[in-house]
Amino acid sequence: MTATVRVAPEDGSDATAPARPVPRRPSRPATSRPSSWYLLPAALFFGVFAAFPLVLVVFLSFTSWEGIGDPALIGLDNWVRLVGDARVLDVVGTTLLLTVLGWATQTPIALLLGVWAAGPQRNRAILSSIFFLPLLLSSAAVALMWSRLLDPYFGLAAEFGPFQNILGTPSGALAAIVFVTGWQFIPFHTLLYQAAARNVPKVLYDAATIDGATRWHMFWYITLPQLRNTIITSSTIMVVGSLTYFETILLLTNGGPGTSTYTVPFEMYIRGFRSFEFGYASAIATVLVVVATAISLIIVKFSGFAKMRSTMEGM
Amino acid sequence: MTVVSDVSVSGPVSTPPKERPNRIAGVFAAIWLVIVGVPIYTMVSWSLQERDDFLDNGPVALPSAITLENFTEVVTGGFARYLLNTVIVTVACVVLTLAVAIPAAYAIVRSTSWLSGFAFRIFLLGLAIPAQATIIPLYLIINRMQLYDSLTAIILPTVAFGLPLSILVLAGSLRDVSNELYDAMTIDGAGPFRILWQLVVPMSRGSIAAVGTYAALGAWNQFLFPLILTQNPDLRVLTLGLQRFRQEFQINLPGMMMAVMLTALPVFVLYLVARRWLIAGLAGMGSR
Repeated sequence: MTATVRVAPEDGSDATAPARPVPRRPSRPATSRPSSWYLLPAALFFGVFAAFPLVLVVFLSFTSWEGIGDPALIGLDNWVRLVGDARVLDVVGTTLLLTVLGWATQTPIALLLGVWAAGPQRNRAILSSIFFLPLLLSSAAVALMWSRLLDPYFGLAAEFGPFQNILGTPSGALAAIVFVTGWQFIPFHTLLYQAAARNVPKVLYDAATIDGATRWHMFWYITLPQLRNTIITSSTIMVVGSLTYFETILLLTNGGPGTSTYTVPFEMYIRGFRSFEFGYASAIATVLVVVATAISLIIVKFSGFAKMRSTMEGM
Repeated sequence: MTVVSDVSVSGPVSTPPKERPNRIAGVFAAIWLVIVGVPIYTMVSWSLQERDDFLDNGPVALPSAITLENFTEVVTGGFARYLLNTVIVTVACVVLTLAVAIPAAYAIVRSTSWLSGFAFRIFLLGLAIPAQATIIPLYLIINRMQLYDSLTAIILPTVAFGLPLSILVLAGSLRDVSNELYDAMTIDGAGPFRILWQLVVPMSRGSIAAVGTYAALGAWNQFLFPLILTQNPDLRVLTLGLQRFRQEFQINLPGMMMAVMLTALPVFVLYLVARRWLIAGLAGMGSR
């Protein structure tokens, strides 16, 4: 009884800062709190299979290892080789090209579709549920489905002349990867924009309508600025995603024709698991970690996880 | 949270009738419908035709006769085995993820130790780790643990990489549980474990469902870990099985399409019966 009386005012003050756990208050009878042991299983899983490999990959980049026996330290050899490797430069170039093209095609389409799907009409809800169908397929399934659809002899591509041999030319294969990854991921980004567009306060549009604004003006001066944070979140997810495409490359083009669609993760996989140069592949992986981490830290910095969560709630 | 749901509910209702139809966006949406719809239609239509019919009809025509021959061929061609492996991996991943993430989120929100704040920041940073970059050290670690070429080898890292987002989502929803409820249970004499079981779990059912779906999708669609951590044909999961079907059905496009479609069928059923959790889970998937 005494405890309840004492607790009430504290809760009132807590309500103003709900995000933080209650600070320790030694004077009051202890509330049951979990010990840090509750963290242990998660910490073990994460430590052994996610955090430790991240450290180990940096270590392995200073070794030579062919997959059997122990990795042997060879100092900076892999790194010296990496800096002078023209193919790695090519591969990085291809990855960045795919990233830029992917962003430049996916963002406007997802933005427009998301804003459209956020509208009130009933048919939009039905159409949206069709739009999201690609999300139900795994990356492997999407890549394999398209590799058959783009089959030059029997596929859809055979019906449409200019696309018949799209996977046979370097620029065609790159375009196919941009298209297929767009087909797969635009629905996800559309979801983000749809949720965000629904949260734009209606009064802004009402006020603009009274002022005689055109639809274009409303989109440009109300919708876009209101979606600014979502554009940042979505773009960052897109960019980090494109840096790590793997299944699509392996199953759609297998890096070809030639090495024209090799990306950084694919090059790392080939060097490691096909040529058994695990040390050198680890150096490539380290580069990938550094770039992806830098960009992901920008996600956390610009958008913050809390906002990401509220975006999910909005669905 | 309340604000979000309020707006999305009131949005459609308060639409003024004066709104003009947006033709440009409508045309644009119709184009996207074709881009999404035609491949999906083609996949379904191919998979239901005999190979000879498919060659006669061409890729876009309606099937002239519907057959389940491809279905039989895929199912007897090893699909059942791959499905079983994937189901084992998926169930194990969901159970382990929840068993490990719920107590961790509970400790992060309720424990006053510095460790919990530290762990929270580590998991936040963990969101940034690209799984692709860790496959070589993982291969080494799994080999040294004598786990190479087992389903366990797939399960453990898959759980680990799903944990950061799972824990952050669960911690977010746990923060909404009011202190009064914790205090009330303490007065009733409940220890931390009973509070976890009788208060925390029931109060965060929604997030648990979303996190469970997210873990299930991650495991179901996993390709890279099975590719590098197993080699035994009997341990192939569906995604790897698809890769093999491609080699086997080199010219049997309908058979290949049936296989692709069947791997997505369970997810499609989930989409029909639990759309909300699925979308929440997918939102997590895409952000990885």
